[in-house]
Amino acid sequence: MEEFFKIVLAQFNNWAFIVLLMIGMYAMIAKNNLMKKVIGMSIFQSAIILFYVSVSMKKGATIPIVDHGHGHGAVAHAIDAAAYANPLPHVLMLTAIVVGVATLGVALAIIQKVYRVYGTIEEDEILEKIAE
Amino acid sequence: MKFIALLVCVALGAVLLVATSDLPDWGDPQSPASVHLSRYYIENSMEQTSVPNFVTAVLADYRGYDTMFETAVIFCAGITVLTILRRSHRRKKKDVKPRPSRSDQDIILQSAARLIVPMMQLFALYVLAHGHHSPGGGFQGGAIAGASFILLAISYDLKMVLNQIKERVIMFFSGLGVFIYAGIGIICLFLGGNFLDYSRLSKILPATEVEARSHGMLGIEIGVFITVTFIIISLYADLASGGEMDEGL
Repeated sequence: MEEFFKIVLAQFNNWAFIVLLMIGMYAMIAKNNLMKKVIGMSIFQSAIILFYVSVSMKKGATIPIVDHGHGHGAVAHAIDAAAYANPLPHVLMLTAIVVGVATLGVALAIIQKVYRVYGTIEEDEILEKIAE
Repeated sequence: MKFIALLVCVALGAVLLVATSDLPDWGDPQSPASVHLSRYYIENSMEQTSVPNFVTAVLADYRGYDTMFETAVIFCAGITVLTILRRSHRRKKKDVKPRPSRSDQDIILQSAARLIVPMMQLFALYVLAHGHHSPGGGFQGGAIAGASFILLAISYDLKMVLNQIKERVIMFFSGLGVFIYAGIGIICLFLGGNFLDYSRLSKILPATEVEARSHGMLGIEIGVFITVTFIIISLYADLASGGEMDEGL
C-alpha cells in the first residue's frame, strides 16, 4: 500500500489530469444533453492544457522572461536554460486556448441552430424527430 | 449504454495511469521536453530577436506560421457562427417568435460597467504593447478588449453596443487583423527575405536587423489583437441574440 502511495505521489499531477480527462470523455460519450457534451469537451481540453503546462515546469526555474532584459542596451548575458521554465508548451497552449474558444463558439452556434430546428437539445429526442 | 461508456473510460484511464510511471519526474530540468528545442529558444532568442519574453518570441517569430493560421482559425470560427445563426431582416417577422425584451435596467450594474470598461480597454492595450517584456500579447489583450464590450452588452443591451460598432465594421476589422498579419509577411517577401522573416524590415524601419524582428512581432501582435477583439464581439453578439442582433440576453 505504501508503495502504491509513493507511485501516486510521484505522479500526482498526471493522475489528476487523467481523472479530469476521463470525466470529460465520459460526459462526451454518455450524456444525452448536447450542452453537457460541450461542457465535457471543455473539461477534456482543460485537462490537456494543464498537462502541457505542467510539462513545462522545471524545479527552481522562474517564468520564461529574461531577467533584466528590459530597455535599451540590455546586456545579452549568458542565459542558463535551467533557470527558465520551458516556453514551448506555453506557446502551444496559448494557441490551443484560442482554438478552444473558437470550437466552443461554433459548438454553441450549432446547438442553437439544432434547438431552432428540432425544439430540443436532448440527443434521443432529436433522433426520434429525425426518424419521423 | 452508459455502462459501456463508463467501462471504456475506466479502461482507458487505467491504461494511461499505468503509462504515467514511464513519464519523467515532475519539474525535472533534464526531462526530454526541456532539453532539445526549448534550450535553443531560451539561450538564443534574446540575442536573435531582442525580445525578453521567450513565449512572445517563439509565438510570433519562430512559430509565426502557426500563429498566423491560428488567427485565421478564429476568423473562420467567427464567419462560421455568423453563417449558422445570422438571420436576414428580410425574412417575415411572424416566423420569429418575439423574444422577451429587457426592461429591467440595473443602475448599479450600469454605473459599475461604465467605470470598469474604459479601464479594461486601456489595460488591454497595455497587455498588447507590453507583451514583449511581460506576460501578454495579442491574444491576451484581444480577449480583455473583447470582454470589455461583452460587459457593456450585458449591463446595457446588445443593441446599444451594436449602435456604437456596426456589424459591418466588426466584420471589416476582424478581417483586417488577419490581413495585417499576412501583409507583414508579404512585405518581408518583397524586401528579399522569406515569408514572415522580420529581420528584413530593417530596410524600411530605423532599426538593426535584430530590433526589426522585435518590431515585426509587435506588428503582427497588433493584427492578432484586432482579430481576436472583434471576433469575440461577433461571437457574443451572434450567440446572445440567436442571430437576431436585437437586445440580446
